[in-house]
Amino acid sequence: MSANLTNLAKLSRNGMAERVARDIPEGAYVNLGIGLPTLVANFLPKGREIFLHTENGLLGMGPAPAKGKEDPDLINAGKQPVTELPGAAFFHHADSFAMMRGGHLDICVLGAFQVSVAGDLANWHTGEPDAIPAVGGAMDLAIGAKRTFVMMEHLTKVGESKIVATCTYPLTAKACVARIYTDLAVIDVTTKGLVVRDIVPGLSVSDLAGLSGVPLADGREPAAAGA
Amino acid sequence: MIDKIKASAAEALADVKDGSTVMIGGFGTAGMPFVLIDALIAQGAKNLTVVANNAGNGDTGLAALLKAGRVRKILCSFPRQSDSWVFDGLYRAGKIELEVVPQGNLAERIRAAGAGIGAFYCPTGYGTLLAGDETRRINGRDYVLEYPICGDVALIKAHKGDRWGNLVYRKTARNFGPVMAMGAKTTVAEVSEVVELGTLDPEAIVTPGIFVQRIVKVANAAPSRATSGERRCRQT
Repeated sequence: MSANLTNLAKLSRNGMAERVARDIPEGAYVNLGIGLPTLVANFLPKGREIFLHTENGLLGMGPAPAKGKEDPDLINAGKQPVTELPGAAFFHHADSFAMMRGGHLDICVLGAFQVSVAGDLANWHTGEPDAIPAVGGAMDLAIGAKRTFVMMEHLTKVGESKIVATCTYPLTAKACVARIYTDLAVIDVTTKGLVVRDIVPGLSVSDLAGLSGVPLADGREPAAAGA
Repeated sequence: MIDKIKASAAEALADVKDGSTVMIGGFGTAGMPFVLIDALIAQGAKNLTVVANNAGNGDTGLAALLKAGRVRKILCSFPRQSDSWVFDGLYRAGKIELEVVPQGNLAERIRAAGAGIGAFYCPTGYGTLLAGDETRRINGRDYVLEYPICGDVALIKAHKGDRWGNLVYRKTARNFGPVMAMGAKTTVAEVSEVVELGTLDPEAIVTPGIFVQRIVKVANAAPSRATSGERRCRQT
């Protein structure tokens, strides 16, 4: 029986952010990409000290300021006003990207157009002739962090899988993605292929593989499997 | 007595030549040297190559320099933003050349120019459209050879400076300032405050004066010129 997507308990954008946040441990140095990943900051478990890095030169980034307290010299990678936490540090761009490229960041969370079964990431350019290419820090982040998480809707608006055998959009980096969080599942990229760690209720791993068009192994903990 | 403080932005930029490579600090409008850019527009140098993170926001600063038709080519990491209409129009009309550089490569290539590095192997961009042809596998990992980006002039914004050119910055307005100061032959910094020699804590000086040739005191006091809401837009 094929999955009826309309009846599934798909995760909302906030639900996905909450799911990612759960997996970020105490003490992690983390960069949250522009767009969907930015939401993760709202769900980091209280009581965990987690260091948020922003590419434009701040560790210890805090939440958005109260209205009227915005400082044009204190912004995030999306150029939105933010705050600095006690213990924060400012630094220049070469140091900021050394933190990525040098493997000092534990986790980065990025949005994506496509992720391949080999963990290739495409998230910067549609490749369309009239598109103006803009990469920002995406390529540096993707190859730099110890673990690169991708957070995206599982399917495009027209129902095509964003998890693919081979990326058709221009690559951001090869074999860089460790884990994929979608509105349907959490999937690890392993040397033996894609392994499902978590899936929304009402959807089987084989149905998800059918939707995705790529092989998926069931790697759920025994308690969760068969749900 | 050494005094790098210039009487005006016009005096500090009088000798910028046509065809120069001009580095312009800032991430969006944070750290963008608006006063120096306005002076460069008035000075009239043309056929410029600009090195900057973005390609201008709204109609002021870097966007105004582009709009004035002075820029032949821009090297940047993120040209396309919700408020980059000046650049977008020039690009689509074929009136400006664009070289997209991953942001960390941009910073490190500028730093390399200032540090006397001939080229360096970098993993960023390997296997992508933005990689050059010269690659090498080192300890099982693939790298791309990246060359320095050297500026004739760097225009940067800092918070405080002294007459020897020592600088400190303010919050995330620091961004590209320190590496651009290193990577250009002549660095001009606009500062919100000029302080007496010895006032800046030597332990806390971010850019030592050796990297800075000229300083201009600007009227817009800290925090940097208040940016309007629409200029502080999200990247798209």
